[in-house]
Amino acid sequence: MADASIPVPGNVGEAVDITPPGEFKGTWLEYAHSWIVTVDHKRIGILYIGLGLFFLVVAGIEALLIRIQLIRPLSNFVSPDSYNRLFTLHGTTMVFLVGMPILFGFGNYLIPLMIGARDMAFPRLNAFSFWVSAFAGFLLYYSLVGGEGLAGAGSAPDVGWFAYAPLTELAFSPGHSTDYWTLAVLLNGIGSIGTAVNIITTTFCMRCKGMTLMRMPLLPWLYITMSTLVLLAISPLTAAQIMLLVDRYLGGHFFDTQAGGSALLWFHFFWIFGHPEVYVLVLPAFAFANEIVPTFSRKAIFGYAAMVVASVGIAFISLSVWAHHMFTVGMTSVSNTFFVLSTMMVSIPTGIKVFNWLATMWGGRIRFTLPMLFTTAFLFQWVVAGLTGIILAVAPFDWQVHFSYFLISHFHYVLVGAIVFMIFAAFYYWYPKATGRMLNERLGRLHFWLMLIGFHLTFDFMFIVGLLGMPRQIYTYMPDRPWTTLNQIISVGAFLQGLAILIFVYNLFYSYSHGKKAGPDPWDAWTLEWATSSPPAPYNFETEPVVASRRPLWDLKHPEDPDSAYE
Amino acid sequence: MSYPGSDVTLARLRARLRWCAFMPLLCCLGCTAQKANTSVFSSFSTPAHNITRLGYFVLGVTGGICFTMYALLVYAIVRYRACSSDVDVEPPQVFGSTEIELSWTIIPVLIIIVLFLTTAGVIFGLQDAPKPSSALEVVVVGHQFWWEYRYPQFGVVAANELHVPVSETNRSRPTFMKLTSADVNHSFWVPQLAGKTDVLPNRVNELWLDPHVPGVYEGQCSLLCGVQHGKMLLVVHVDRPEDFDAWVRQQQQTAVQSEQVAAGRHVFETESCINCHSIRGTIANGRFGPDLTHLMSRKTLASGAIENTPENLKRWVAHPDVFKPGVLMPSMQLSQEQLDELTAYLTTLN
Amino acid sequence: MSTIPLEHTMIGSDWHLPKRGVVGMCALIVAESAMFTIFVVAYIYYIGKSSFGPTPRQVLHVPVLGTICLLSSSIFIWLAEREIHRARMSRFKVLWGITCLLAAVFLSGTAQEWYRLIFHEGLTVRTNLFGTTFYSLVGLHAAHVTVGLTILTLVLIFALANRVRPEHAYQVQVFSLYWHFVDVVWVVVFTTVYIVGR
Repeated sequence: MADASIPVPGNVGEAVDITPPGEFKGTWLEYAHSWIVTVDHKRIGILYIGLGLFFLVVAGIEALLIRIQLIRPLSNFVSPDSYNRLFTLHGTTMVFLVGMPILFGFGNYLIPLMIGARDMAFPRLNAFSFWVSAFAGFLLYYSLVGGEGLAGAGSAPDVGWFAYAPLTELAFSPGHSTDYWTLAVLLNGIGSIGTAVNIITTTFCMRCKGMTLMRMPLLPWLYITMSTLVLLAISPLTAAQIMLLVDRYLGGHFFDTQAGGSALLWFHFFWIFGHPEVYVLVLPAFAFANEIVPTFSRKAIFGYAAMVVASVGIAFISLSVWAHHMFTVGMTSVSNTFFVLSTMMVSIPTGIKVFNWLATMWGGRIRFTLPMLFTTAFLFQWVVAGLTGIILAVAPFDWQVHFSYFLISHFHYVLVGAIVFMIFAAFYYWYPKATGRMLNERLGRLHFWLMLIGFHLTFDFMFIVGLLGMPRQIYTYMPDRPWTTLNQIISVGAFLQGLAILIFVYNLFYSYSHGKKAGPDPWDAWTLEWATSSPPAPYNFETEPVVASRRPLWDLKHPEDPDSAYE
Repeated sequence: MSYPGSDVTLARLRARLRWCAFMPLLCCLGCTAQKANTSVFSSFSTPAHNITRLGYFVLGVTGGICFTMYALLVYAIVRYRACSSDVDVEPPQVFGSTEIELSWTIIPVLIIIVLFLTTAGVIFGLQDAPKPSSALEVVVVGHQFWWEYRYPQFGVVAANELHVPVSETNRSRPTFMKLTSADVNHSFWVPQLAGKTDVLPNRVNELWLDPHVPGVYEGQCSLLCGVQHGKMLLVVHVDRPEDFDAWVRQQQQTAVQSEQVAAGRHVFETESCINCHSIRGTIANGRFGPDLTHLMSRKTLASGAIENTPENLKRWVAHPDVFKPGVLMPSMQLSQEQLDELTAYLTTLN
Repeated sequence: MSTIPLEHTMIGSDWHLPKRGVVGMCALIVAESAMFTIFVVAYIYYIGKSSFGPTPRQVLHVPVLGTICLLSSSIFIWLAEREIHRARMSRFKVLWGITCLLAAVFLSGTAQEWYRLIFHEGLTVRTNLFGTTFYSLVGLHAAHVTVGLTILTLVLIFALANRVRPEHAYQVQVFSLYWHFVDVVWVVVFTTVYIVGR
């Protein structure tokens, strides 16, 4: 069977029909309707990403309001209860309504394309998961008008994004604000589990011919791992939230300490979810790096098998480290020591990944395109994120800096410095594929530099103010604390980042109509998604591709030196 | 054809170097000594001291790793960046190397072993330290949004300002605390004296400290406990032995009973203040709010939120919400005359 | 090399991938197992910690009949699955109907037990820690049985209307995975509540 099952790049236009899908023929309303009822993984991916971007701006505004309040001591820019609502919403939105949707969106869009499939395994479940998540977002923010909390008209939850009990019990949180948090996050979790089921099933059951698991691009591997973590981690949170609802609505006592319940139980259940959750968020960032670093270093990823084992290892170990968020709750010395060990062990496979990226770049011909710029920044920042994690894993030191701004800076180094930077890299890399246009280069560079400077102004100095004893979640501080100047620097950086993100969002819209046209393969890459038109046809591939190695397009572009000869 | 970004790399490097020069300078800014020093590296008690030493060691190791990684990354992005002549040339494809991958697995394992063993030593040393017979026992009860301190050895109940004796090398007298909460979660953190310990309802946690130098040490609640979590401050007075004994004796006495302020005491006893507060020697026996028997022995009111002066006290009683919006003490809607009398009474409670 | 190895010698007729329904259901089962684990952990954590109110030993009777029914329903659904794979639809209907019946007996047993506990023993969700954890854990399982019974009944109705055909054997297989899972969870719940917890 010598028919060209894979489109030949270089002369792609001649070999296969790669005309982008035609203009939509119908009214504006029909067009909008087609998006609402779509089950196409590409459209659902874009919907997810759109949802996430919208909430990124919302949660970003919350962050800026927080930073204005902290510019000077004893500020009354916002009231104490409003402040508590701001950081609760900021954290909850960023994790559940920005991070998860954007990362699921990229996964949805890319995985079928990368494995040569036509769509996800369960397209209708895919659509359902998205709409449930979108509704959850709406529910959470409806609390602003419908919440009826303590201090008056309409109030959002104010108990922190991890909603420690018994503060969340009826006695201490009357009204409905906590219920909005509980229900919104619970619904969002159901959507997440649906998408995770979909991702796992798709990658196991719908790969094109020849694509064994060890020939899959690393992105689907990391998404399988991340989805497995979602299955194992979101359910404990769902369980804990059901228990909280039983307490609040049925008079139960799961976390009702006045009746013998345990505050500690919520700690354990939440962090059994919470720790794997951060790996759920970071593994897709690693997935993007696994695709972008090789393309722009012009080399195959160094140590593919080790990368697979390390990624699975990270996920596996991450299930055993949760109580490092609880070093201060008074566990025994033996328990504390165990969690120190398990947490430090996570650094081994994580380090392997960093070294492998470095080795991929080593000996390459690195092109500093916008995706690579953001990825390079990610590499530097991930080193700090990981190492400050090791510092926090040292339990006695954590007894000092836990719940201080040192901790906040560590996890923002992970969430922003690693994950958000890689999300930006992924945008610059795959936007041409999804839209057929390149993102504007000048705006992109401006975005990058503003983001980099703002990020470091904020989070490098935040480490210091944490080491100087500033705890988190305080609406103000006394003038005799040595924190004012540092807080001002941090706030300036926050505004720079806000500006950078606005420029980026503008770029997304501007380039849709004004961007330079991109062909099917603007970056000269090697995985299957670059063998389709930009944007791909709704059916993705004309015929099912057949692959013989990890880099099918490399094989076609370099017939004298195909990967299949080495595997 | 030069691709976008080829001129960017060196500029990035320069920017990075500028930051490295700036950082130590700006660090000093933060460290200028002001009235309250809450730095985790300023340690005046054995737990804090041990943690600081461990912290320096860990920072040293991780700093070394960071420096090495940065050096390698910088080298890679400078040395291996593409030139304009590289457009159609692909570098040699290297898929892996077992020896290299093994080495960068084994070396981190060794580093982790060292860090782990050092850490474990400090954990056991601090958490399982035996309690000497000379130790002072204090029971700390966290409330929304104030601290209750009980000294079972002396029958003393105080609030918001903790007094402990200094613990000298030849006269060791550490303070061993048991911490619990009356309502939601809190956390007790005075950085210069010890790491933090959470204060949880339905659970008793333990913390010990042995301050070496007399003085006043500050901290605050470090676990979100509600709307006024931010102003639930901690003040620890480390007293010389004789001062501490004097303080205990003073606290053990019942409240001053002065006839001049009988009107004020009457206001206190009839305006439902007694539902929440205690003043030993009167009928006031409330547990919900701080014990006021020796209110004027404290330097601050409302758990560190405001200075304890008669004017502040009057304004606090009239409208607690002004200083600490959301505080659980209601405004009792007293008339100006009642306020004056009440304040006059409260200011006698030394 | 002039030939491009577009096809690996292994693929072609040898390319087998797992089936979507089975993988998807297994993934769902993993998630549900994690949720049940947390409820079981909470139950075990609070064993003996109720300082007032009825205790398990005082009020719990071991639900022997219900357990036998539920566990044997797994056998019958397995038998029914065999029959539909062999296209013997009438036997399938009978066995499927028995499965439904057994599940219904289990649920009604639970309902009776709860009625007795609430109205005769005074144990509710809010009575004490035992009440809270008992009703939550057993209730969560019962909710899963209810969902299963609903689907079982729907399939039975379709089968009786001759709408279920041998081609649907795969869907039946996927659902029976869920049903077996529900049974396994009952084994765990039963052991925790009626054996360990008493």
